[in-house]
Amino acid sequence: MLNLVTCIKQVPMVSELPWDSKRGTLKREMADGMMNPACKHALEAALLLKNKFSGHITAITMGPPMAEEVLHEAIAMGADRGILLCDPHMAGADTLATSYTLARLIEKECADFDLVLCGCNTTDSETAQVAPQLTEELDVPGVMYVDQFELSDKSLRMQRTVDGFLETLEMELPGLISVSTQQYSPRYASFSGLQEAFNESDIKIYGIKDIGVDPELTGKKGSPTKILDVYSPMANKDNIVLSGSPRNVVEELFKKFDDKIGSAIGKDLKEYE
Amino acid sequence: MSNNSKKSARDIWVFGDYRNYFQNRVTLQLLARAVDLAPKIDARVCAVVFGNDVDEYIREYIAHGAQKVYVVDHPSLDNYPIETFVKLMEILVDKYSPEIVLIGATSFGREFAPRLAKRLRTGLSADCINLEIDDDGLMVQTAPSFGGNLLAKIVTPETRPQMATVRPGTFQEIPHDDNKKGEVIKTDLPDSLPVERVKVISSVRSQERSQKIEDARVVVCGGRGMGSKKKFKKLFELASILNGEVGATRPVVYSNWVDHDALVGQAGKHVKPQVLFSFGISGAIQHTAAINDAEFIVSVNKNPNAMMMKLADVAIVADANQVCAALIKELKKRIRN
Repeated sequence: MLNLVTCIKQVPMVSELPWDSKRGTLKREMADGMMNPACKHALEAALLLKNKFSGHITAITMGPPMAEEVLHEAIAMGADRGILLCDPHMAGADTLATSYTLARLIEKECADFDLVLCGCNTTDSETAQVAPQLTEELDVPGVMYVDQFELSDKSLRMQRTVDGFLETLEMELPGLISVSTQQYSPRYASFSGLQEAFNESDIKIYGIKDIGVDPELTGKKGSPTKILDVYSPMANKDNIVLSGSPRNVVEELFKKFDDKIGSAIGKDLKEYE
Repeated sequence: MSNNSKKSARDIWVFGDYRNYFQNRVTLQLLARAVDLAPKIDARVCAVVFGNDVDEYIREYIAHGAQKVYVVDHPSLDNYPIETFVKLMEILVDKYSPEIVLIGATSFGREFAPRLAKRLRTGLSADCINLEIDDDGLMVQTAPSFGGNLLAKIVTPETRPQMATVRPGTFQEIPHDDNKKGEVIKTDLPDSLPVERVKVISSVRSQERSQKIEDARVVVCGGRGMGSKKKFKKLFELASILNGEVGATRPVVYSNWVDHDALVGQAGKHVKPQVLFSFGISGAIQHTAAINDAEFIVSVNKNPNAMMMKLADVAIVADANQVCAALIKELKKRIRN
């Protein structure tokens, strides 16, 4: 029986967000939350392991109360229980503080884990730093950006493509991997499964006292990086706007920029009579 | 958070990542940036290189601006063993207390840097698109962040070293200069090294595509505005006429319209073509951060207010599919043998 942990994160559904063109900022308050796509791949990989070897999956996340939604979703997909870390002291954590906090939870609630599975990055901050730092915190072998893996006994054999190399790696469990989005396309949670997961499911909500983290090392206090400024990179160019029928705009484009495009492709695009 | 505060040391270190050299030149690009930044904090530029038989890289780093190179050269360091590399770097940082450590955001760097930062209990920003020194002598790291539509300026005020990973292609390398001199400091392999818990069973160079999108002079990028997988395919025809490469945004890649390989963005490829055609792309920062080196941008979108339209030199307000078809037709007419 495998003891599996998946770390998941709720991220804003940015692609659906409109810009506030007057202020040049994102209308963040309109953000719906969703499970980070790469985390879904990690969960899918855990579910396949569970089906093959029988196992128990704990989905954990850290975030505001609303982040509980992704735990319900994870349970609807097949995870056995969910834990939300939610505490004002944890707010503003950078990756160092986040990995510290997640590690303490895993040690407390899943001390005899076999494998921790993380997504390879998130769509909001995209640092991809939590998984490698969690490996350090848990002091287990870890491999990032795993495309595919196979388990036999307690030995995990993994494949990944990194920096132009195709690597085959092996480690003994317990360990940690971050799963790339190349394989393990996530299953859909069925509607009835979702309903059930939202009605009654094994979800716990913990604060820092419950897992015994040092308040100095979590949240903003425990984060060595400080954000000075956040801004929209609105680079309004002095550009040419063309509109009309496709044929006309293309003609117009070549009339003005045939040399520019021509020189990039090394061909003469001038129209001769 | 003060156990590592060492303000006296003034060296900028660049981690020598040579695994995919010559294609990947991020170490040389970071050395160039370090050379720019160093006078502002009165620092020396140093490279650090671990491996087996690394003399050629030592020379290369000196020729590209390193005043000092810290080296651990040993046969057991042949296969980029990550736990050993982290340990060696931890030992050297503890010994020499650099002010700044810069690491290329290669796959290896993005795994190595966070682990090192954790050991050193210091701050790290990811995938920076700019590094500057502010009036207080702090390194200001600009990283795309927050829902992907914003940039964040990040500093590490207290702990040292200040660490950042930087996306390859962000800075321009300095031309090679063989006359440059640098000091080489060799360190023996320490006695107590961790046993690598991850075994490398095999490591082979993967097949490279014939032309890499990073080097293409023309790139044709498509977003969800192309409408469907089938319609997206039309971009390949356009790219082939232009002798260019096709790139895609994250939603397109996630919808499996194209291979993950084609992802142009923060987590994918960084392109710098002479001409970029952008079809049906709204322009989230993960994407725009990876195309802002394009010399000339033609963007097609129904929405004139899309970010990508504001970044474009020519913004065409129209249906992406129809303009793509019209372009193909017009190019076929104009290109004579």
